Amino acid sequence: MTMLWKSFDEFWHMGGYGLYVWGSYAVTLLVMVVEPLMARHRSKAAMQAAELESNA
Amino acid sequence: MAMNAPAPRTLRFHMFAAPSRFYALSGKLIPWFWVATALFTIAGLYIGFFVAPTDHQQGDSYRIIFIHVPAAWMSMLIYLVMAFWAAWGWMLNARMASMYARALAPTGAMFTFVALWTGALWGKPTWGTWWVWDARLTSEFILLLLYIGYIALTEAIDDVRRAANAGALLALVGAVNIPIIYFSVRWWNTLHQGATISATAAPKMVHTMLTSMLLMTFAFWAYSFAVVFTRARAIVLEQEAETDWVREMLRRPQGK
Repeated sequence: MTMLWKSFDEFWHMGGYGLYVWGSYAVTLLVMVVEPLMARHRSKAAMQAAELESNA
Repeated sequence: MAMNAPAPRTLRFHMFAAPSRFYALSGKLIPWFWVATALFTIAGLYIGFFVAPTDHQQGDSYRIIFIHVPAAWMSMLIYLVMAFWAAWGWMLNARMASMYARALAPTGAMFTFVALWTGALWGKPTWGTWWVWDARLTSEFILLLLYIGYIALTEAIDDVRRAANAGALLALVGAVNIPIIYFSVRWWNTLHQGATISATAAPKMVHTMLTSMLLMTFAFWAYSFAVVFTRARAIVLEQEAETDWVREMLRRPQGK
């Protein structure tokens, strides 16, 4: 891969800290994907409610 | 929704001009904040994982720093911005300011959670424990409780203005916690290491590590703008659905 890692396995292993490093990054990625989706869902719901209200 | 009662025409123009302008402008800006988030993340993680060397003391566990420190910074910065807008909305009865404050809270809570989570996963291999009730960790945990308290309080009160005012009071009182978090590593004996970057001392890090951390900070910063603006637009629509400008906008197909 690069000078730092000789193989993907070595990269995945993270010098024995794979669980901690990837556990940090995975959960961070998860919440940073879920939060914008929730905000977008709220935005769409608000738009629909406003449309209903303006048509009423 | 007692606040949505129609106001006199002159008053209404003054009060709702800001939300309508925000709505139009933020719609154009959000895609660019997502582009910036993606570019800074790619650059930051590339340098963090493929350029920055293995730390001679901590091995590769230190690579958690590239999200831990930016998330912790954002958790404190967003709180200060939230308290500022909440206070502004309270003092001047500026509705858009109060809406910004409410839009910021969930993102601040999310970064606080990330700082705590990554801290626990970094603490285990370096300190031998997931958690310890020391000054830095406890005050950051209190920050999470303050965000949750603010969200719960503002959601529990139906009247928009009363919710904003009660939230502002909580946000302002809780702001005292921010300097406590920041200076906790100096004021008390703590397991947590000192400031990574300070104005007076040379950075205690390899140049590439610092570069990655700063790029990730920019990424989180752009992310915050994108997601907070998205949420603020939802809040604007929720609170302004009965106003003329929202009706006007809904009649134009491109206005969305």
